Amino acid sequence: MTQRARNWLLLAPAGTWFLVMLIIPLTVVFIFSFGERAPSGGVVLALTVEQYANLPARWAAFKNTMTLAPIGTLSALFIAYPLAYFLAVKANPRWKTILLVLVIVPFWTSILIRSYAWIFLLGGRGIPALLEWVGIEGLRLINTPFAVLVGIIYGYLPLMVFPIFVSLDKLDKRLLEASSDLGAKPWKTFLQVTLPLSIPGIATGCMLVFILLMGEYLIPALLGGGKVFFVGNALVDLFLQSRNWAYGSAVAVTLVIVMLIIVTIYMRLIGRLGASREDVSIM
Amino acid sequence: MRFYAICVYLFLYIPIGVIALFSFNAGRHASQLQGFSTKWYGKALSNPFVMDALETSLIVAFCSALFASVFGTMAAVALQGIRGPVRVAFDMLIYVAVMIPGIVIGIATLIGLVTVFNQLNPVIVAIWPAGFNPPKLRMGIGSLIAAHTMFLMALVAIIVRARLAGMDRTLNEASSDLYATPLGTFRQVTLPMIFPAILAGFLLSFTFSFDDFIIAFFVVGCETTLPIYVFSSIRRGVTPEINAIGTMVMGVSLLLLISAQLLLKRERRKSR
Repeated sequence: MTQRARNWLLLAPAGTWFLVMLIIPLTVVFIFSFGERAPSGGVVLALTVEQYANLPARWAAFKNTMTLAPIGTLSALFIAYPLAYFLAVKANPRWKTILLVLVIVPFWTSILIRSYAWIFLLGGRGIPALLEWVGIEGLRLINTPFAVLVGIIYGYLPLMVFPIFVSLDKLDKRLLEASSDLGAKPWKTFLQVTLPLSIPGIATGCMLVFILLMGEYLIPALLGGGKVFFVGNALVDLFLQSRNWAYGSAVAVTLVIVMLIIVTIYMRLIGRLGASREDVSIM
Repeated sequence: MRFYAICVYLFLYIPIGVIALFSFNAGRHASQLQGFSTKWYGKALSNPFVMDALETSLIVAFCSALFASVFGTMAAVALQGIRGPVRVAFDMLIYVAVMIPGIVIGIATLIGLVTVFNQLNPVIVAIWPAGFNPPKLRMGIGSLIAAHTMFLMALVAIIVRARLAGMDRTLNEASSDLYATPLGTFRQVTLPMIFPAILAGFLLSFTFSFDDFIIAFFVVGCETTLPIYVFSSIRRGVTPEINAIGTMVMGVSLLLLISAQLLLKRERRKSR
């Protein structure tokens, strides 16, 4: 058997799987998004942009997503950056790896259980009950945008820390010494040397978190109590409850297009910075 | 700075710790700590719905992780020796499979498979020998395993390729210079070197599949996985039983993840 034939044989299962489980399903979604809803609940194939024209009907979901996703991303960035800086620059090298692993590991555990933990903490018999004890009464935390924001930060902080850590860790520490030897104050060194050199990491972290947030379902469903509605929640409703597949497909395609635009902007930005693509493998 | 770091670590781990703490609480609520008890664990483990869901989740996680490890490794090894459009296409597919949000995978799999099944089912009925009950294709454990395998395969391929890229290629050349067959080289040189990466990929895939909620929510049909069970019971209200289930799920995930991390870290050090 030639090398060529062997390679084809090795690629065959993965290729078939991608074709049947990724390419064909995504194509079906795309085709359905131009279809019409059948009376029976299925889709009648057509070539109409009616579903797309109807997108504003779910405007609230898009608006919520487009407000809370950027706020969540930025909050995660502000909390993650100092930690990544500490791990990359200040932490004892002996402990660095284990400390980084401790940040990453929660990201790979069940987001469902981690969000549930906040239902437990923010719910009526959790933190509000403790606050009542010290005299603050009637505070409602669960089922508010604030609860969703806490869940978002909690869920995606590790994903933000990791790329920033990678870019700060690669940074040549002698540059920092050179800067201070030349008389720069520490904050000036930070603003003019450290921060600009960590922008690729910041961009990667923000892009990853933002993209995942746009498809988020669990956090708003559990912590928003049906009041804080994301695109993901609209999709679950359209596909599993009201069974409007044509319209749901149009919403899904729109979501993917917005994501593609963000990834393209990110790639351009990284290209312009002349930086190599950050290592996004979080393991 | 150090104080800040400690605060962030507390933020990351206190909620998990609180769940674990209250899973051993004899009282029903967070505001009432009433002594140590393992009764909620007993209750969870004797609940037939929980055990059914757990069984489904374990089967799905094991099969998905196994298929993903085998197919992902095969693809990674093949891509090592390929240039040109095929490689570009696979690079893109792997990238898309990992980047695309779970909810889109769930939706696409649901309507893609239902559409295909609707076309195939009448055909099966037509060609099935008369007198026998024809099988009906529908969403279930099989479709969930297929969906998980698709993107976990991409994940394994990424991990194994990283390992292959760090490998000394002269070893393979030496092996074939010494008249080893390609299969022999693979078994005796390549496989032992990438095995820790494959194992780490398997463990990660297992955890991911076991914890996944959103894809299963769309494609598992009438079956129930453990995360789906937990989700629907949370909607009915917070109970200490969920604390116990959550603690067990977290414990198992943490164990698998730390093993995977150790495997990958040790290999990285060795390859330096």
